[in-house]
Amino acid sequence: MLNPAFLDLQQLQKQYGGHPVLRGVTFSVAEGSCFALVGPNGAGKSTTVRAIQGLTPVDGGEICIAGQTLSALGTAGRAKIGVVPQMDNLDPDFTVEENLWTYGRYFRLPKAKIRQRSAELLDFMALSSYARQPITALSGGMQRRLTIARALINAPQLLLLDEPTTGLDPQARHLIWQRLRELRRQGTTLLLTTHYMDEAERLADQVGIIDQGHILEQDSPQGLISTHIPGEVLELRRLDGNTPDPENWHQPHVAVSERVGDTLICYGQELQPVMAHFAHDPAYRWLQRPASLEDVFLRLTGRHLREDEQ
Amino acid sequence: MRGWREAVPGPGAFAVLQRNFAVWRKLLIPSMLGNFGDPLLYLLALGYGLGHFVGPMDGMPYITFIASGIVASSVMNTASFEGLYSAFTRMNAQHTYAAMLATPLRVSDILAGEVLWTAVKGLISALAIVIVAWFFGAIQGPWVWLSIPVILLAGLSFGSLALVMTAMARSYDFFMYYFTLAVTPMFLFCGVFYPLHSLPVFAQDIAQVLPLTHAVALLRPLLTGHLPQQIGYHLAVLLLYTLLAYAVAWYLLVRRLLR
Repeated sequence: MLNPAFLDLQQLQKQYGGHPVLRGVTFSVAEGSCFALVGPNGAGKSTTVRAIQGLTPVDGGEICIAGQTLSALGTAGRAKIGVVPQMDNLDPDFTVEENLWTYGRYFRLPKAKIRQRSAELLDFMALSSYARQPITALSGGMQRRLTIARALINAPQLLLLDEPTTGLDPQARHLIWQRLRELRRQGTTLLLTTHYMDEAERLADQVGIIDQGHILEQDSPQGLISTHIPGEVLELRRLDGNTPDPENWHQPHVAVSERVGDTLICYGQELQPVMAHFAHDPAYRWLQRPASLEDVFLRLTGRHLREDEQ
Repeated sequence: MRGWREAVPGPGAFAVLQRNFAVWRKLLIPSMLGNFGDPLLYLLALGYGLGHFVGPMDGMPYITFIASGIVASSVMNTASFEGLYSAFTRMNAQHTYAAMLATPLRVSDILAGEVLWTAVKGLISALAIVIVAWFFGAIQGPWVWLSIPVILLAGLSFGSLALVMTAMARSYDFFMYYFTLAVTPMFLFCGVFYPLHSLPVFAQDIAQVLPLTHAVALLRPLLTGHLPQQIGYHLAVLLLYTLLAYAVAWYLLVRRLLR
């Protein structure tokens, strides 16, 4: 029987110098599922991931892994967890395989076990032919793959990934997504943070939208979309930069609409009349598309810019 | 999490030590040259050059007198450099500590591994000088092998002091203070180049609280065929420095890394 709350966070609170970063973060991740924590910069994603590792002492709340509190687990808890950090921290003085061997020793795994697992993981991450290469010979995407391989050296039950594909090209991202889905099929529980909505949509069973230190909504990607976005999306962009549709002609035909600069975004079940009205107007360019998680995200967290994460 | 019990390192410290050793083995030649070249030049230039004019000191040829001093100061320099620049690079530039903390390693394991490694590096550089000085006849007697544990203890004390600085540092520039205000004065005033009793009394008193003075007081006799006086006292001072500096470094690192 799979544990519905393999990772369970209850009311996490954290302040830095009087500034609240986590304000009651609560969610749970079912065993063998993938949970994506999405939020703008500074929302509290990384702090939550650090708290789960026991690296950020929280001011309040509780974290349980497989029914045991983090404090009861102590460092033994970290032996169950694999971590793919936001910032690459591979050992630049070592080769690809030496990175895995050294890391395995931090878990006090037997040498033979480390060697065997390293070979399997390099194969899994399509890095076998680079085993003896220095880290500097790897591209950004390969370094990320190695970081993921390294995080799996202890065969973790829970894998934490903090923005795993930031800065990678589409090929590298798709390969990493394939491997993460494979891990999930093998029963690893995944928690990933991202601000790429397509990543969350493709990988996650459940998505938690976090902003200003608490979870705004949690549901499946499809659930979030159907709850918050009625039907399809039509984007009308006015080429001369002026306000599109100033007379609000579209209003009776859409469920909701939103104005962002030169663009009018309409949401609704039947957008055909709006499109027909503007399609032949040369002042406009239009894009009709299915609703996505990004629409949900922007509607829930707003469109204003965020400060960089500390 | 933050109880003092957490400050006691476990076997994970050896994994950290092993990691540093493995990196050192890859960069063996430039690393040895740095640890070994400088003190060797001092030994030869001062021992032979200056020694020609100085004559015997404290009843021994000058090169014999300074050989043991250079061994002690080399432990200090090597352990300090490793605990400052190299450790700071691992912590701040390479994020090695962050990677380690994602495993069952704790701050105390990392710190203890780093401190042990500074002592091992100090021993490596000291032994290199002992071998060369022995070749020149500047090191002798039946107690040379007893210098090994003393060198390790001295390395632990200088290494933990350096890690206190590293735990506080925001950039490499910060280490210049430590070198100018601590390492260089010790190098010049703790009996490496001349006996302490030639200093004014107040300077002797200051020198008495500095760890290098005690390392020299132990190593000079051991490397020239005598047993040191007040062995227990000198060892106790070095041990006290090690334990206090370790505790402070641990406290500062926890504050820095577990936020």
